[in-house]
Amino acid sequence: MSSRNTTDVCYDLAIIGAGPAGMAAAAEAGQLGLATVLIDEQEEAGGQIYRAIERAPLADEGILGSDYYKGRSLLKAMQASHTDYLPGTTVWDVEDDLTLNVSHHGRSRQVRARRLLIATGAQERPVPFTGWTLPGVMTCGAAQVLLKNSALVPSAPLVLAGSGPLMLLVASQLSYAGVPIKALLDTTPRENYFRAARYSPGALRNLKLLLKGVGLLRTLKRSGVPHITGVESLRAESGKDDHLDKVYYRRKGADHELDCRSLLVHQGVVPNVQLTRALELKHRWNEQQQCWNPHADVWGETSRAGIFVAGDSSGIAGAQAAEEAGRLSVLQIAKQLGQLEEDTRNKRAVPIRRRLGPHQAIRPFLDVLYQPARPFLIPEDDTIVCRCEEITAGELRSIADAGCQGPNQAKAFSRAGMGPCQGRLCGLTVSQVLAERNNQSIDAVGYYHIRPPIKPLTIGELADIAN
Amino acid sequence: MPNASHFKRLPMRVGEPVTVFVEGRAIEVESYDTAAAAVLIAGLVPSRTTPTSGSARAPYCLMGVCFECLLDIDGVANQQGCMVKVRDGMQIHRQVGARDIHESPQETA
Repeated sequence: MSSRNTTDVCYDLAIIGAGPAGMAAAAEAGQLGLATVLIDEQEEAGGQIYRAIERAPLADEGILGSDYYKGRSLLKAMQASHTDYLPGTTVWDVEDDLTLNVSHHGRSRQVRARRLLIATGAQERPVPFTGWTLPGVMTCGAAQVLLKNSALVPSAPLVLAGSGPLMLLVASQLSYAGVPIKALLDTTPRENYFRAARYSPGALRNLKLLLKGVGLLRTLKRSGVPHITGVESLRAESGKDDHLDKVYYRRKGADHELDCRSLLVHQGVVPNVQLTRALELKHRWNEQQQCWNPHADVWGETSRAGIFVAGDSSGIAGAQAAEEAGRLSVLQIAKQLGQLEEDTRNKRAVPIRRRLGPHQAIRPFLDVLYQPARPFLIPEDDTIVCRCEEITAGELRSIADAGCQGPNQAKAFSRAGMGPCQGRLCGLTVSQVLAERNNQSIDAVGYYHIRPPIKPLTIGELADIAN
Repeated sequence: MPNASHFKRLPMRVGEPVTVFVEGRAIEVESYDTAAAAVLIAGLVPSRTTPTSGSARAPYCLMGVCFECLLDIDGVANQQGCMVKVRDGMQIHRQVGARDIHESPQETA
C-alpha cells in the first residue's frame, strides 16, 4: 500500500470497489504479479457486507454473526497483496483508454490502467410506497450500516417492512442486540412460495445457505418478534413534527395501524449499474431479479473488451459468489496480459467455479421467492417515484399518455431522474411504470442514459484534471 | 428541535470520542461516525428540506446512493453526510433547500 502520486503510472489492473469481489480480486492479482490499484469510495475496505471489518467496533460479535467476521481473511489477503489501495476515492468518469478520473477529499486526478474491473456491488432496490420519503423511514441496509460502522441502533417504536433475506437478517441482528421490534411486516406475496417451489432442486444444491435461512426464521420466531406475513400494502404518515408517526398496512382486505418512529424498509438488492451504464456497456433485463444486469462472458468481461465486472454489480449472487467472480476475472485479465498461460488459467479456474456453483444454483429459488409485490415495482398514482424531484407515479402515467416513450424523455417531460441521486433511486421504477402504461417491454423502454460525472463534482474538482 | 428519535449506541470494543456541533449544540460522537450518523444521534431529524417543495427529509440509505442526507458541513453546503467522517469541532447544520450559489467560494482550486 502506498499513497504516492499515481498519475504517471499505468497499472495492469484498476479495480473499483473494495467489497468482497474487489478485495478477492486484488489478492489474486497480487499473487499473479499484476500491478494493481484498488479504488474505493469508502474510507474503510469491506464494501457494504464487510463494512468496517478492520475495526469491527461491536463488542458482542454474536450480533452480526460469524459470516460477517469472515471478511477479515479477505481484508488480510488484500492488505498482503502489495495493491495500491486508494480509500475515500470516487471514480467519476472513465475515458476510452481506461484513464480513470477520480476524486479524493475534493481534489481530482487521473489513474491509468490496462484493464478495468468494476466491482461496485449492489444497492437496495427502490421501495416506493406512500410516505417512503418521510424522516424516520430508512432502509434495512442503512440500519445495518449504522450497526457495523458505529454500533448504533434505531429508536423505538421500531417496525420493519418489506421482503427479502436482508430484512430477516437485520430483524434477527437487532433483536439479538436487544432492540425491541414492534412488528415485522412481510410483503412477500403468498404465491411466491408456490412459484419458488419448482426451483427447490437448485436450492438444495446450497443446503448450507438454505439451512441458514431456515435457522434465521426459527431464531426470529423464538425471539417473539411478531412476523406478520401476507402484507399487501404499506403507507406511512408523519405527525406535527414532520417525522414518521404511524405506519398503516393492509392484510386480507383489512387495514391496520401501528405507532412507529423508526421504519426500516427493504425489497431486495439490485446491481449498482451507475458506472456500467455511464460506460454504455450492454445490459439486459433480468426478469427473475427484476433489474438490469450488465452483459458479461464467463470471465466477467463486458461488451467492451478490457472492461470486466464482478460481484453483485454484475448480477445479485451474494458476497461469497462475488469473491469467486472477482478471482475468475483476474485469471482472465492475467491471461490477456500474458501473465498466465491458457492451461494454467483453466486449471486455476476449476476450483473457483466449483465453489461458485452452489451460490448460482440457489438464485432462481431466492429470486422468485423474494420477487417484490407488484405495488412496490409499479406503485399507485399518489406515490412519489423520483424522491429528488418529487415526481409521482401518477405524473409519470400522465406524461406517458402525453406521448412520453421512455425514461430519457421523462427527464424532459417531468425532471424525473434529474436530481442529485442521478436516477439511482427511481430509474427502475420509472422504466417499469412507463413500460406498463405504454404497453411495451421493459427492454424496449430501456433505462436512463447515465452521463459522467457519475457523482456531483465541484468546478474545482473538474479543473484539477485540466491542470 | 431534537425529538425522541435518537439512535442509541451499543457497547463497543474501543471508542475514541470526539465532539461535533449539530445546529450549534455540542454532542459527543465516535471518531469513525459519519456526519449523517451524528445527526441521527443528535435527533436532528428531519435534517434537510428539499429544493423542490421544501418537504422534510432525513438520511435514508447511508451508503452514498440516495443523497437524502445532504448537510451543511463546516460551511460547505450539499455534502453527503453519510460519506463524510466526523472531525473534532465539526459544525453540522441542516441543508435548507438548495445550495446558495451566492455564498463565499469554498473551492480550493
